[in-house]
Amino acid sequence: MARAYETVIGLEVHAQLKTATKLFCGCPTDYGAAPNTQVCPVCLGLPGALPVPNERAMELAAIAGLALGCDVRSESRFDRKNYFYPDLSKGYQISQFEHPLNLGGHLTFLVGDQEKTVGLTRIHVEEDAAKNLHGAGGGAATVVDFNRGGTPLIEIVSEPDLRSAVEAEAYLRKLRDVLMFLGVNDGNLEEGSFRCDANVSVRPVGQEEFGTRTEIKNINSFKFVRQAIDYEVSRQVGVLESGGRVVQETRGWNDVTGKTFSQRSKEDAHDYRYFPDPDLPPIVFGAERIEALRKAAPKLPEQLRAEWTSEWGLTPYDAEVLTGHPAIAAYFGEVAGALDAGGREPRAEAGKRAANFIQAEVLRDVKTSGLDATFSVPAADVAELLSRVQAGTLTGKQGKQVFSEMASSGEGAEAVIARLGVQAPISDTGALEGDIRAIIAANPAQHEQYKAGKTKVLGFFVGQVMRVTKGAADPATVNALLERLLQE
Amino acid sequence: MDDGKISSEQVRHVARLARLQLDDVEVEALRGQLDAILGYVAALDAVDVTALLPSFHAIPILSPLREDVATPGLTRERALAAAPASDGEGFAVPKVLEGA
Amino acid sequence: MSEPSPVAGVVDTAEAVRAGEQRAEDVVAQHVARAKARADLNALLHLDEERALSAARAVDERRARGEALGALAGVPVVLKDNLCLDGVPTTCASRILEGYRPPYNADCVERLIAEDAVIIAKANMDEFAMGSSNENSAFGPVKNPWDLTRAPGGSSGGSAAATAAGIGAVALGSDTGGSVRQPGAFCGVVAIKPTYGRLSRYGLIAFASSLDQVGTMTRDVRDGARVLRVLAGHDKRDATSAVEPVPDYEAACAAPVSGLRVGVLRAALDQVEDPDVRAAFSAAEQSLRDAGCDIVDIELPHAHHGVSVYYLVATAEASSNLARFDGMRFGLRVTGDDLLSTYERTRAQGFGPEVKRRIMLGTYALSSGYYDAFYIKAQKVRTLMVQDYQRAFERCDAVLSPTAPTPAFGLGEKTGDPLAMYLADIFTLPPSLAGLPAMHVPVGLGQASGLPVGVQVTTPAFTEVRMLQLAAALEARSGYVCAPPALFGGAG
Repeated sequence: MARAYETVIGLEVHAQLKTATKLFCGCPTDYGAAPNTQVCPVCLGLPGALPVPNERAMELAAIAGLALGCDVRSESRFDRKNYFYPDLSKGYQISQFEHPLNLGGHLTFLVGDQEKTVGLTRIHVEEDAAKNLHGAGGGAATVVDFNRGGTPLIEIVSEPDLRSAVEAEAYLRKLRDVLMFLGVNDGNLEEGSFRCDANVSVRPVGQEEFGTRTEIKNINSFKFVRQAIDYEVSRQVGVLESGGRVVQETRGWNDVTGKTFSQRSKEDAHDYRYFPDPDLPPIVFGAERIEALRKAAPKLPEQLRAEWTSEWGLTPYDAEVLTGHPAIAAYFGEVAGALDAGGREPRAEAGKRAANFIQAEVLRDVKTSGLDATFSVPAADVAELLSRVQAGTLTGKQGKQVFSEMASSGEGAEAVIARLGVQAPISDTGALEGDIRAIIAANPAQHEQYKAGKTKVLGFFVGQVMRVTKGAADPATVNALLERLLQE
Repeated sequence: MDDGKISSEQVRHVARLARLQLDDVEVEALRGQLDAILGYVAALDAVDVTALLPSFHAIPILSPLREDVATPGLTRERALAAAPASDGEGFAVPKVLEGA
Repeated sequence: MSEPSPVAGVVDTAEAVRAGEQRAEDVVAQHVARAKARADLNALLHLDEERALSAARAVDERRARGEALGALAGVPVVLKDNLCLDGVPTTCASRILEGYRPPYNADCVERLIAEDAVIIAKANMDEFAMGSSNENSAFGPVKNPWDLTRAPGGSSGGSAAATAAGIGAVALGSDTGGSVRQPGAFCGVVAIKPTYGRLSRYGLIAFASSLDQVGTMTRDVRDGARVLRVLAGHDKRDATSAVEPVPDYEAACAAPVSGLRVGVLRAALDQVEDPDVRAAFSAAEQSLRDAGCDIVDIELPHAHHGVSVYYLVATAEASSNLARFDGMRFGLRVTGDDLLSTYERTRAQGFGPEVKRRIMLGTYALSSGYYDAFYIKAQKVRTLMVQDYQRAFERCDAVLSPTAPTPAFGLGEKTGDPLAMYLADIFTLPPSLAGLPAMHVPVGLGQASGLPVGVQVTTPAFTEVRMLQLAAALEARSGYVCAPPALFGGAG
């Protein structure tokens, strides 16, 4: 009989820091530029060039550390990791080895409806390697593009606390979410700005010590992480069940075959000869600096959800939807904030109004890409539009019409209203009373039902009024009038 | 004869780490020279450094970090000008096997 | 005051060009002519006559248009070949960089050009600045202008020889463990190694990053002071460059030294055997006493570990710094069967024996199992050496010592014994390891050797003003003139 095995997983995530320039030089980090057009003597490792750390990169790394409960060190240091490879311009990678910026920390996330907390070992800052373009120019040689070389990364190293591929995926999704909301990383897996190495081992259930682990390198989709871990677990169990031993090694993931494969290069006994980079003095972030970063850091989705459900009148579902992407959350924040600032209604009403409108109208055609999102109408314009509805100068229905026109024409609310000749809703009780009396008189059966306590027929009367007034009546006024006149 | 501070095998290992091709004559010559130097620096063994921190820089340096603002780099033509081999877009290097 | 050198120096040249008494083009032409006449010294690796003359003409044209000229107007400069000059071969005297032209200028080059200096040539050196005799150049040794059978010192031997021979008014070198001061001593020129961080290292091809500093070589102290003022200052491209104000170094050269306390390493001095070095030191000590300085005996109890600490720290850093010379993006490539053999062949053929030796030692000192015992241990002993100086400077304002244990030794004399060669740096290493400013001041010619001799002045970090003050006083009282007989004929 096959024994039962437990899976043990630790993840190392490389997340690109959302900076304008590289970690040690002023070259841009824009994705997709023509090869070797974002390079300089520093990132090409030319003789005599020197690295100078990017302040923003260090700040973003500290912000990530603070949000993930790390001990953010007031003094950290860069070391050199020495090895030769064509994508490494200097013959060493500058990375924080012995004294990383962030120590410890943890991440809590849901696996199904179960909460799980995974410990973090460290979050350190390092530079990315360049890109080997294989087979370019005839296929015989490798061609190297240094545009990516020197891009700032944080490496988030978890403890071996994960127990399944499903947990690993949930951890990664949550981690990406957090980093995106902090503005630290754009979460773009396809562009390689969020990559994962998985350390996987298995052990018989009940065994204390860990089994021999393998490291699967550079997996760049959530699906592949799950598949690669599942494959690797069954491979390792297979090895053990057939009496073999798992070899500690680096493995690659082939998403075509759906298998991991050994990457061990036999001739290279790894000895990275780490030592403090003598070109770089220690990075000093004093307590005040760290506190200021903590205060200025953007809020995380769970913080926003808690605030929005308790103060802004949102249901948990609304809050979940509106924290689906940092740009959407920011959009809602701007619209709701503007409505609340108008002071026309309680905050919870303003929040609900904004949430309903954004979910019903705005989210229909939002496009997100990384940290960016394109909205058909800017938040400020929607806020302006909704404040008119709030003030009663537009009905809700008119608001939707105007929005749809704004989205297609790109005009502001005022321009659309003027162009379409949208009339302010009739809230003049005198003007409406005649119409309403006539409608009641024309529908005696429904009137009787109402008086008998079937108040649902109110909706019928509202509809009639709206039809007669072609939607221009102010719903609140209509409701109030109907309730009074139907009693008569 | 490998009876000094450093063996021929170690010399070969270090040469591999440093990516230096050495022939047997060079290995033996270097073994002797490194042995003499390591013998000389062994005098440090006697120095008590308890409770001392290493001086990676002798003078404390408080230099500002770099602002995250782009600065002009090299054109591709200039970047590739000194390359031993290139295809006009990138640096051509001996074939790198995925995972090698 | 001493007699003027037979060839006009930095200050005199700049003032003459600024005043319109001399054209920069004529100055540069004279220096280029001297450089050509003294090709036998092998001091230069690259002489760009056209480029230099056209730069000089541009200076003259600016003056003709009435523009104010900089502090180094028309001053001809020789650059050690490890300083990047845009578009001009910069080889570090190594096969691995043969023909390499950097696409940018070193910070110090930019500063020189901004003050209207004219770069005329690149100087020979020990390969990658590793050596004390300039015999490690892939392009042949440099000869000492005072005696062509002798070494000019190293690693900035070409810079020192050129300066002594009147080629350029100033040469820039680099100093990691004595590489401007020791050749300064061998060739009888003033050589300044500023405080670590005083000058930018941007564009200086690294040997050992925590020790390297660009230094100046001139025929008198005031010239060095003027160039230092131009080069000093923070550079945002070098994270180790200091944010410290730059004082008027030139003015310091005229300040009195009376009352300054000068420390003397009496015990170390007793171990110096060379009579010329001993005599030069005694003369210097006496002249400072005469100038009103208080001489105090001091000790640097760990200074004798300097060679060990230096050769572990510097080679460790170098082993990593020189990893970028891999034949992939620039420089020599020797193609092998695969990537690994291409790396190994390129580096085996590209680097000379001393560079390989140091890469090997440094790689070993950083490798798994030896890092703590060698690299970290050496850096901790370095802490003791830093503390030695801190204690010494509680009792004195400057330390006076010999610069090198002997005057220039013969070419080939020490090439067979690396360790003996390393010991030539015994006096220059401790200030380097402590990051302190130190300079060589020639004080005369040795009676026994007939070769230049002088002393080293070391002061606390960022007190170059005081160092220059003492050096100027020593120079003024010595009567020394930099005029090698081989160049100028007759007695110097």
